Parts: sequence; C-alpha cells; structure tokens
Amino acid sequence: MAVLAAAAGVPFAVLPALLVVPAAGALLVVVLPRRRPELLKLVAVATSMVVAAMTVWLVVAFDIDRGAEMQFEFRHSWMADLGIQWLLAVDGISLFLIVLTGILFPIALLAVDPGHDDRAYFAWMLLLEAGVIGVFCAMDLMVFFLCFEVVLVPMYFLIGRWGHGNSAYAATKFFLFTMAGSALMLIGILALAFLHADATGGGLTFDLVELAEAQSLGTTTARWVFLSFALAFAVKVPLFPLHTWLPDAHTEAPTAGSVILAGVLLKLGTYGFLRFGLYLFPEASHFFAPVFLTLGLVGIIYGAVVATMQRDLKRLVAYSSVAHLGFIVLGTFALNTEGIEGGLLQMVNHGVSTAALFLLVGMIYERRHTRQIDELGGLQKSAPVLAAVFTLVMLSSIGLPGLNGFVGEFLVLVGTFNAHRWLAIVATGGVILAALYLLWAYQRVFHGPAEGANAEMPDLKLREGLVLAPLLVLIVAMGVYPKPVIERMEPSVDALVAHIETHVDGFHEPTSRFGADIEVGEGGDDAGDDH
Amino acid sequence: MPPVVTPEVIWWALLPLLVLSGGGFLLLTIASLVRRLPEALPQAWTVVTGLIVLTATVPMWDRVQSDGPRSFLGGMVAVDGSTVLVTAILAIAVVATALLARPYLRREDLPGVELYVLLLMSAAGGVVMASADDLIVLFLGLEILSIAVYVMAALHLRRIESQEAALKYFVLGAFASAFLLYGMALIYGATGSTRMAHISGYLASTILVQDGMLLAGIALLLVGLAFKVAAVPFHAWTPDVYQGAPSPVVAWMAAGVKTAGFAAMLRVLVVTLGTHASDWRPAVAVLAAASMVVGAWVAVLQTDVKRMLAYSSIAHAGFILLGVQAASERGTAAVYVYLFVYTLLATGSFAVITTVGGRGDAAHGLDAYRGLARRQPVLAGAFTVLLLGQAGIPFTGGFVAKLGVLAAVVEGRTYWVAMVAMAAAAVAAFVYLRILVAMYLEAPESDTADRTEVPAGTRVVIGVACAGVLLIGLVPGLLLDIASDAVPVLVGG
Repeated sequence: MAVLAAAAGVPFAVLPALLVVPAAGALLVVVLPRRRPELLKLVAVATSMVVAAMTVWLVVAFDIDRGAEMQFEFRHSWMADLGIQWLLAVDGISLFLIVLTGILFPIALLAVDPGHDDRAYFAWMLLLEAGVIGVFCAMDLMVFFLCFEVVLVPMYFLIGRWGHGNSAYAATKFFLFTMAGSALMLIGILALAFLHADATGGGLTFDLVELAEAQSLGTTTARWVFLSFALAFAVKVPLFPLHTWLPDAHTEAPTAGSVILAGVLLKLGTYGFLRFGLYLFPEASHFFAPVFLTLGLVGIIYGAVVATMQRDLKRLVAYSSVAHLGFIVLGTFALNTEGIEGGLLQMVNHGVSTAALFLLVGMIYERRHTRQIDELGGLQKSAPVLAAVFTLVMLSSIGLPGLNGFVGEFLVLVGTFNAHRWLAIVATGGVILAALYLLWAYQRVFHGPAEGANAEMPDLKLREGLVLAPLLVLIVAMGVYPKPVIERMEPSVDALVAHIETHVDGFHEPTSRFGADIEVGEGGDDAGDDH
Repeated sequence: MPPVVTPEVIWWALLPLLVLSGGGFLLLTIASLVRRLPEALPQAWTVVTGLIVLTATVPMWDRVQSDGPRSFLGGMVAVDGSTVLVTAILAIAVVATALLARPYLRREDLPGVELYVLLLMSAAGGVVMASADDLIVLFLGLEILSIAVYVMAALHLRRIESQEAALKYFVLGAFASAFLLYGMALIYGATGSTRMAHISGYLASTILVQDGMLLAGIALLLVGLAFKVAAVPFHAWTPDVYQGAPSPVVAWMAAGVKTAGFAAMLRVLVVTLGTHASDWRPAVAVLAAASMVVGAWVAVLQTDVKRMLAYSSIAHAGFILLGVQAASERGTAAVYVYLFVYTLLATGSFAVITTVGGRGDAAHGLDAYRGLARRQPVLAGAFTVLLLGQAGIPFTGGFVAKLGVLAAVVEGRTYWVAMVAMAAAAVAAFVYLRILVAMYLEAPESDTADRTEVPAGTRVVIGVACAGVLLIGLVPGLLLDIASDAVPVLVGG
C-alpha cells in the first residue's frame, strides 16, 4: 500500500495495482476461515478477473499516438544504496503479453479444480500471476530479475503438489534448470550496472532505458554480458539443447499448470531476448544472431519430428511448443520489423492456442483417465462439440490462414526470408511437419471406430465451453482482424530495429529485395512515423 | 608523587558487556545459593538480559552516529557503528537461543541453569570481539566466547554424540586459537604493536623491506579466524559438532559464533590490515570459493537434515567471505546485512529442527520430514519460508543478503568468484528443494506419526524469523542503511 500511496500524482497507478492485487488476493486466500472452503475459489477467480479487467483496460487506455514511448510509467525507489527502483512501464512489446497473462489466469483457475489442498493451490496461482506480470512490466533490470526468478517457486509447487506421475522429479528438474540458467544473469546485470556507472561517472542504476541508450560497454565485454543473459533466456524459452526440462514439466504438471507454463511462462524467455537481449546488446545480438537462428531452426525441426513420435497427447503438445518457440526465436533474430513483430505476435498466438490445446487435453484426460493416443479413438462420435473445438484450435496451431497462428507464422517467415533466405525455406518445412503431427494425432484420437469407454465419453459441458469461448474468440478475431494488435506493437518494434541499426556499424534492416516493405495493418506505419 | 593516571572509561559503551557478563554471574550465583529455583527463572532472566542489551543498542547507535567512533581504556576497546550492530545481532541470537533452550531442556530432562549462564558468557565474549581495538583483547574475547561454547556443546549428558562433538570442537578449537595467537605474535613482531590503530598506522607509513613475518602472521590469523567461522578447509569439525550438539546450541553456533567471528575478521583484515589487502584478498577469495563449493556440494549428499544445514552453513560462510574479500565499504556493509539475515534464518531453521527432532534429539533424517506439510501445515510453511530464504529466492532476506555480497564482488571485478558463487547457489538450492520435496511431495512412512506440539517460545522464534526474512526481502531499505553506516573505523593511533 505504501507503494501505491507513493504514486500520488498518477490518478490510478495501474501497473503496481496489477502486482499488488493478485498478491493481496493470495494473502486473502491464505487467511480465509477454514469453515468456508467454497470461498477460496471464488476469491481467487474474482481476483484474477479484476486483474484481467485491468489488463484489458490497459489495451484501451494505451495511447497509440505516443508511438514507442513507455506508458503508464511508475517509479519508486527501493534499494537506494544500489540504485534499484520499482520502475514499471508498458510499451507495445509487453502490452499484449500482459493482457495474455491477465486473460489466461482466470481461465486456468475456472477450468480445473485442484482436487486437494485448495488453499495453497489458489494462493500459489495468484502469486504466480503477480510474478509473471512483474516480469512483463519491469523496466528495472534488478526488479525484472527478481520477478523472473520468483515465478519458479509457485510453479515448482504447482507442478510438484498437484501434478501427475513423477511430478516431484519434473518439478525439481524445472526448478534447477531454470535457476542454474539464470544464475549467471545476475552477475551479468550487476556487471552491466557497475561498468555503466564507471563509464558515465554517475551512480548505480538498473534503469533499462538508460542503460540501453547509453551503450557504455565495450564490444567484447558486451558480448560476454549478453551471453550471461542469453543463457538464462535460452533455458527459459527453451532452446534446443536446453529444452529437456520442458516435456517433463508439461506432462507432469496439472492442467492449469500446463496452461500457464505454456501460455505465459515460456514467453518469459523470448520476451527476455527481445526486451533485454536485443535492446541492451544490439551489437552482440547481431554478432550471435547466426547461433540463435540455427538453434531456433533446429528447435523447429527437432520439436516437430519428436512431436510426431509421441504416444502421449500432452507430451505431443509439449514438443510442439519447442517447435513454435523455435519460430519465435527465428523471427526475433531475423532482426527486422516483420520478423520481430511476427515473433511477438506468435508469442501471443502460441499462448492462446497452446493454452486451449492443453485445456482440451486435460478435459479428455478427465473423462478417459488416459492421454495415450493408442487408447483413444473415435471420440468425434461421442463428443462432436469437443472434436470441433479441438479442430479449430489445432488448425490455429498449425497456422491455417484466417486463424491467428497464420499471421504470426507468416510474418516470421517473411522476416526470415528477407534476412536469410535458406533458413526460411527450411523453417517452412517445420510448418508442414506441424500439420503432419497434429493432423495425424487428431485422426487417431477423433476418427475411426469408437470402442469401449471411448464410445461413451461425454461431450463438452457448458462450463467447459464457456471457459474455452474467450480463447476461441481470440483465435478467430486475431486471425481475421489483427490490426488492433499490430498497430500497438509496431511503433515499439520499429524503434527497436532502429535502435539496432544505430548501434551496429554497417547493419541495415534486412528488407525485401524489391525495396518494398510488406505492409501489415494499414494504420501501423502511420503511427510509427509520428516521431 | 605524580598522580596516577587511570585510563578513560566510557561506561555507556561498556553497557552491553557489563549487562551480559553481570547477568551471567548473577544468575550463576543465585542458582548456587537458592535451592529451589523456579523452573522458568533462568530462561526469563536470559531473555530479559538479551532484550536489555538489544534495547540499549538503540541509544548507543544514535550516540555513535552523532559523536563518532570512540576508543577508550587506553586504546584497548573501541565503540563504533559495527560494534553496536554486532552487539544487537548477538543479543537477538541470545534471546532466540534462550527461547529455544527451555522447551529443549525440559523435553530432554536436563538440568537447566548452566546453559543460560554459558550462553550469556559466550555472548559477552562476542561483544568483546566486536569492540576489540587491540589484538590481545580480540583474543580474550574469542576465548571467552569459545570456551563457553565448548561446554555448551557437551550439555546433553546422555547423548554420546554430544560429548563427542564437544571434544572435537574443543581440540580443534584449541589448535585454531594457538594459530591465531601465533599469528598475532608474528604481527606484533613485524609491526611492534598489538593495537590495531598502531598496526594500521605503521603499515600505512612504512614500507617493509622484508614482510615475510607479517605475511606469515596474516596467514596464521586467517587460519584461526577461518576455523571459527567454519570456512573450508578448516570446516571439518562443523558437521559432526552440529549433528551432535544440542539443537539450540547449534542455533547459537550458527548465528552468534559466526557473527562474532566475522566481526573479528572484518576488524582485523579489512580495517587493520587493509593496506595489505592485495596480499590477503586472493587467499580469502579461495577460502570463499572453496567453502561455497564444498558446502553446497557435500550438503547435497547428506540425508540428515541437521548435517545438511551444517554444510549449508559452511556455504553461507563462503558467501559472507565474499563480502570480506571485496575489502571495500560495500563489501563490509554487505557482510553485516548477511550476518543479520543469516541470524534470523539460522535461529528459525534450527528452531524447526529442534521441534521436529523430537525426544532424544535424534529424528533429524529426511524421513522425519516426510509429509510434514500434511501433519503440521503451519510449521512446514514456516520452514518453507526459511529454506527459500536460505536458497536466496527473491523477495526474501536471503536474496538481499546474497545480492549485497555479489554486488561487492562484481564491483571489485573478481568475476570468477562471483561465477563460482552463483554455481554454488544453484547447487545449494537443490539441498533446500530436497527438504521441501520431503515435506510436501512425499507421504510419511507411517500415518501414526503424531503432531509434535510446538512450544510457545519456539513459536515466537520461528514466527519472528519468518516475518523478519520476508520483511527484509520486501523492504530492505532500513537494514541496508544501517549496515552502510556501521562500517568499522579505527580511532587513535
């Protein structure tokens, strides 16, 4: 509350509220009287709904005319001695990831009940939400790191306590992989701040914009520091060959955990690359781009091939995430507007469609108590509505034109094609493979004769339908009319590319050879030209 | 006849020392004169003594901040910000240990007064160390502190491990004291004084052509102090002693003894021998790296929670050494922050361990923690906070502490130690996760295990420790400010 009070002058400090409300909700859940267990879910859902409403308000209030500027800025000194401050702000890059977080949490909370230890479950979920939103709003490197690290704890407990199978192993692996990955980033952040303070003669600061605009590190030093960041993000994405925690964590996690893990947490890595890798270290990002392009490409093909081989439906979706995130990395390191924008859009798309896929798989599991593709079959006959929804979501994941997945994937491929023709051609192979493994899985699960329990599987309930509805609406809406999203993203992405061009000698944004930019969203360019 | 000149005495600065030692002696006297002492008296006496000292540190702090540091008693004893802060930390540790001790003694059916008397004497020794302005006084303080703790380790009469722990601690501790004393003698030989201010003044104004004796002295000093704070390779006593000694005593060792040891180390190395930092810094860096790596690594291999935390305390000592090796104001301040936070973490954690240990103080295996979350959710939740704090998870005091020492290291550009530290932190996280897994994710072997009642005093310790750890994690400003004002200074010369 003290933090809020300090924001006097701002009529409504929405960003701190986005952190404080879920955290307060978690506290409330902890102290609710033991005799009223039914209140737990109510409070949790209500809290996350409030957060969702605030994030949607954020989109509406977001001022397109201000271009790439940071908006809703909130500043409050925290550890003055080290120059660490609560610096929260939003721009076109983080806006939709925050909204995605806001929307996915109530859905995940409504869709599945934990089954046991409700109080702890809801408290951890709400703390997780606060942490994730913190990552996306933080414009102070140290606060970013704190939030980036702290999300491990709730996720660890969610996977471990409410997961299936070998969940203790999966949770521990997840925790240790990500913690070890980000260990060096802390040193990188500190080194960056101290070297910057030395170079400028000023005090310590972790202010992202200040550090990025000053570019006070030498080329070699910057490359080393970049690598310390990149390792943390690469584990989180996860990039091949650091992805091995992902299938375990996804498969053993409870449905809500998978939804949040795939929908939001995986974006922490790609968002980190974009926000902190490219922006803070343009030269190093350019220098190491071939490495990440290659790893992204390997991820696309590898993820798709391994997904094809899976017998467990949930594991299949998990590996498809490896492939999709490969696309995002590919677009990011194409270092041009189309690629980055496509990657960013794909982050949101992947969040929506994979979350929906995991929800559907969870619903099938609840009914049939198995996720083995062999044991399922002919579900279309017993559950036609579920099958139809699955079809739509699957097609979005494949990237069918007219649905959201297409827009992002197309932009990524255009961007990559302009920068590195051959990589784009190989990556297109990944799109085909995605169609292969998803359609094949669909065929085995939903078509064919329905026998035994498969024939009697109940169809989608109204509650489940309502939970899925917002995601389906988003899938269609963002496929048909992506302009409202793109026009908010584009100025920030343009500014980022311009920033890279300024700070890397001899680097020009790789664009189409015919000299014409591919236009996306009619309004987008006008907004970008304002400044 | 010339008048006898008595040295100046600043009584207010001696207050904590007088209260602690006077309290100890009085308690001992009363206990030997009165036949039937009320059972609650010794504990209440000790807690009140500790609280008086803690309260006294507040005006003392103001006085030191406004008047500046003072040296008195013929330049033997000094009072500065660091003295007051360390005294406060020791007082907190005394109160916590005393609160844990009574339920423990009652459960184990042990006689009651000695532990409190020894605790107060030991704390008095710690205060002497923190206010020493002369190497001899420092040594005196160290011995007062240590000898009391040797006896405390043996206090469980019927546990052979307790006797073994005490003997081990005593023999190795005596060796370490000898090293320390020899080191002081060599430094005296090289510089001609045992007064810290003289030594530092002499070294600042003189270039020693042959500094072999000085360096040998520094090396021996370092060995003696590294033993006290349990740094690798002088840590061999720690796991056995921690495992064998009564759990409340272990809390005091981890919190109080370590704090006093580091306070002494800062006074001797950073302040007195600061001119020769380039000589001892690499050695301390190696000690730090070795402690973190060995502590974290070996902790992973343990199955006994008390031993795990013993090794993790070695790793923590390594982290604190990081702040010492930085040899800067930032590093020194970070050490004090770490010591404060670790005192909370250690007393809280050992309070939980004391409770779970059960009658006989033997149930310390991971098995004893299986399913604790189901039996005693609140206790398990509190232990979770403390373990996450020890792991240095953000928004706990543990993170603030680790961030401070790391920042000091990075500022000194010794990146390799920083990398070792982070690697060790990741390994150490696994240790704490294992305990969490046992508490939350594994079912107990038998459902018959009872809820152990948590005594009121223990509850207070655990509650305050958890609240403190979270509070420092969220609002670290006050502690950071105090620590940066507490940097020790030498007066007179």
